[in-house]
Amino acid sequence: MTGAPCQVTRDEALIFERSRPGRTAYSLPPLDVPTVPLETWIESRFLRADQLAGLPEVSEVDVIRHFTRLSRWNYAVDLGMYPLGSCTMKYNPKVNERVARLEGFAQHHPLTPEELSQGSLEVLKMLEELLCEITGMAAGCLQPAAGAHGELTGLLLIRACLEARGDARQKVLIPDSAHGTNPASAAICGYRVQTIPSTERGLIDLEALRRAADSEVAALMLTNPNTLGLFEEAIEEIVRIVHEAGGLVYMDGANMNALVGIARPGDMGVDVIHLNIHKTFSTPHGGGGPGAGPVLVTSELEPFLPVPRIVRRPDGTLALDYDRPRSIGRVRAFYGNFGVLVRGLSYILTMGPEGLREVAETAVLNANYLAHQLKDTYEIAYPGPVMHEVVFSDKRQRAYGVRNVDIAKRLIDYGFHPPTMSFPLIVPGALMVEPTETEGREELDLFIAAMKAIDRECRENPELVRTAPHQTRLGRLDEVSAARRPVLRWRPEESNAPSGSLSEKRVASPEP
Amino acid sequence: MATYPEDCLYTREHEWIRVEDDVGVIGITDYAQEALGDIVYVELPSVGDHFSQGEPFGNVESVKAVSELYMPVSGEVVEINEDLAESPQLVNEDPYGDGWMVKITLSDPTELETLMSASEYEEYVKEERQKEK
Repeated sequence: MTGAPCQVTRDEALIFERSRPGRTAYSLPPLDVPTVPLETWIESRFLRADQLAGLPEVSEVDVIRHFTRLSRWNYAVDLGMYPLGSCTMKYNPKVNERVARLEGFAQHHPLTPEELSQGSLEVLKMLEELLCEITGMAAGCLQPAAGAHGELTGLLLIRACLEARGDARQKVLIPDSAHGTNPASAAICGYRVQTIPSTERGLIDLEALRRAADSEVAALMLTNPNTLGLFEEAIEEIVRIVHEAGGLVYMDGANMNALVGIARPGDMGVDVIHLNIHKTFSTPHGGGGPGAGPVLVTSELEPFLPVPRIVRRPDGTLALDYDRPRSIGRVRAFYGNFGVLVRGLSYILTMGPEGLREVAETAVLNANYLAHQLKDTYEIAYPGPVMHEVVFSDKRQRAYGVRNVDIAKRLIDYGFHPPTMSFPLIVPGALMVEPTETEGREELDLFIAAMKAIDRECRENPELVRTAPHQTRLGRLDEVSAARRPVLRWRPEESNAPSGSLSEKRVASPEP
Repeated sequence: MATYPEDCLYTREHEWIRVEDDVGVIGITDYAQEALGDIVYVELPSVGDHFSQGEPFGNVESVKAVSELYMPVSGEVVEINEDLAESPQLVNEDPYGDGWMVKITLSDPTELETLMSASEYEEYVKEERQKEK
């Protein structure tokens, strides 16, 4: 080939840049009625002055090729391993998609009267009861749209409960290994956050917790297993300390994939927990959702749950109960992300109790297999048997001038999605890997081989790793400029001025 | 290699303060900017805000993480470094100079005695590096 642009490798133009005046993806039959100006029927104040100028004018094949190309550049769990730690990017069984698309669910309008919604209400009721059984809690609310929303709902419940006790409090305790959403949720809920350090072993420091657990403590927010993939063995003592101080224990259930079917937070004394249906219970996530973050509580907190509650009437039918005077109110329009909840129920029912237990066992086994196979190659900051995920660091590779970000980018060249980076914050240069139960031995071995190959490259040709990825359509992006001077919107007037434009910052890379 | 100017005092959270004519200039240390990596945003308080010693007064965001900034000593903010809004990289390029963050009037100068000298801080950073996982 000489000089001609290659269709497959070219930098895909935006749909706006493909626009050609007058081009359309439709053809209408000739007009057989008189033309009437829009203004005669619609008041001018309701009409847009710009006549929708600037929208792309493209043909059907332009649209199809553009979006099909983009979709093929995507990476998904249906293509390969997606080891993002703390995200539980497990495979989503297609039967769940099929169930969610059943007409009776997919077409059901949320304003349909109760008597015509019994099937959908039964789905929600059954899911709430199963989640209670799985977590050992008394009652729950399926409304929260995702995990952080579940955290906020859970903290609002704790606030309502403490105020009802006549003992409103000021602060929330959060370990330094926590997800960043925990302090954010506490702050939005009006609490002051106090950080509890971790011990040398990566577990919550009980002495520090005892010192912090005073009469101002509303709650401890605890992720268990924590973000280092370690089970907080002292959970019963932790709960006792917080309860004796008069506070409540909130469990972030993001890492429930390690426990499901084996241990129940309710039995450990937890007062509130949120689950991520889109993690533990297999519904799709990434790319912005939608998710579902149900909140489960003890019987003491049950009166404060959001409305409506789904209740069973004496005749066995289900109803939406809004008459809950102590409720914190609604937290979401309608009843949550219903389609996601249907998928979650389908997953739980098709897996069954033994299947769910096997999920946790396999997820933990897979993480330990990776930890064992890679421990001589990559530093593990907090060694010890891990649960569902393992946190490596770039400590040994730093000697060759290679950082975690470089290793993560190089993994793309080997066909893997990068792991979670630089988190938890207490591990400098963290690479947090969660294989989930999805991956079989062969896939795990490929990942191990790739990680070992990258380590060799760090020693023999660090520049190769520092400049990765090399096998992608776009090379290393300038993330610093993107964060310092984000270009969030394409504007036609700027597209003709390449200086400082997005495309100038892209680094071209040869097709393999 | 990190630097430790002699005319500054240091906190365990890696802030520095330099007192010039009753006004304390505050920023983060060379070690801190190096650990954070490329800084992309600095959130600072408003002039007139009061903070106690050890209280968070803002935060600094790098490509990797967001970290809180802690007041070395109690005081009232009299000036903030407006240049950081447009050029947060100044913190990386010149942490003890153009990358300064706030100026305060000290409400209790005796608190300065609780801070580390340059040599003490250098020793502290050495220990931190040892501990680094």
